[in-house]
Amino acid sequence: MCGTCGCGTDGNGPIILKPGEHNHDHHHEHDHNHVHNHDHSHGHSHNHKQRVIEVEKDVLQNNDILAARNRGYFEAKNIFTLNLVSSPGSGKTSILEKTLADLKNEISFYVIEGDQQTLNDANRIDALNVPVVQINTGKGCHLESDMVYNAVKKLEMKNDSVLMIENVGNLVCPSMFDLGEKKRVVIISTTEGEDKPIKYPDMFYTADICIINKMDLLPYVNIDVEKLKDYALQVNPNLLFFEVSATNGDGMNEWYKWLKEEM
Amino acid sequence: MHELSIATSIVKIAEDETLKVNASDVTKIELEIGALSGIEIDALKFVWSSAVKDSVLEKAVLEIVKIKGMAICENCNTEFELENIYDVCIKCNSNFKNITQGKGMKIKRLEVI
Repeated sequence: MCGTCGCGTDGNGPIILKPGEHNHDHHHEHDHNHVHNHDHSHGHSHNHKQRVIEVEKDVLQNNDILAARNRGYFEAKNIFTLNLVSSPGSGKTSILEKTLADLKNEISFYVIEGDQQTLNDANRIDALNVPVVQINTGKGCHLESDMVYNAVKKLEMKNDSVLMIENVGNLVCPSMFDLGEKKRVVIISTTEGEDKPIKYPDMFYTADICIINKMDLLPYVNIDVEKLKDYALQVNPNLLFFEVSATNGDGMNEWYKWLKEEM
Repeated sequence: MHELSIATSIVKIAEDETLKVNASDVTKIELEIGALSGIEIDALKFVWSSAVKDSVLEKAVLEIVKIKGMAICENCNTEFELENIYDVCIKCNSNFKNITQGKGMKIKRLEVI
């Protein structure tokens, strides 16, 4: 079923592929089909009177349980995992490319790319010779922990490394879904409005790090970066900022320093 | 718009719980949705009928209890109600707060037959 509006029925399950791989594992949409198990109408005396079940369960508990399982795996292997989130076009992939190109000789990286369609981003990462798996969510607007769980199986990661998960470009939905990451990094660019943190507060509330990208465009855009930070801090006073340009490399060293200290 | 994913998760839990007690259908489901949970109740209601189709919830009455957002200021210990996640302390205007209520969403109870 379509993850956005509920239209359609089949064929919208996530597809997880490595660059160059063909799609032979598209059987996920039938894994959770419990609708045929309830045939109780064969004459034995089930209790058909009304009963109340006190469920008291968090709606996202299945996602959270698998996220915890991912997290345990990452911790056991000392894999520092980041979940990169932002609106489309803020420069997530560019920041990732620049970071990988500059640090891949020092740090062992792995990447999971999340997009609705195409292997384009995975191909960009693959060109840097960094192991990558692409998750295509179909109509889905965010990654969930089970998709990461399945993608991780394909990566066969070494200990003491860094896993970058680039979420689907969307500043709303990914905020609710824990993937098992150690830190969540929200990226915003100077071409976006300075009030975005209070327009989309959930994402900034759940993030640990805020990277402000496209700082090289400041002379051409009408944005007050200090005001943007004030709005972001109003939502989440514990946010740590990096001001960078993935294009010309300004500010990237501070981000690299943080990454090396944390991992 | 992640409400369909949310609705699908609700269906999965309801299917599991119903199976556990050998019931066949849910007649009523009670959800508690926090004001700060990130769920648009109207959007959830919009996707509900397509999400529950062919499931134990298909005929269930959906009852949603809204839980208001509450926080305690880390600066002056004042407890206050929040409408938005970024609301500041009503007494000292501090941004530092512990949200104590209204972030979650849960399935409270099911009535089954």
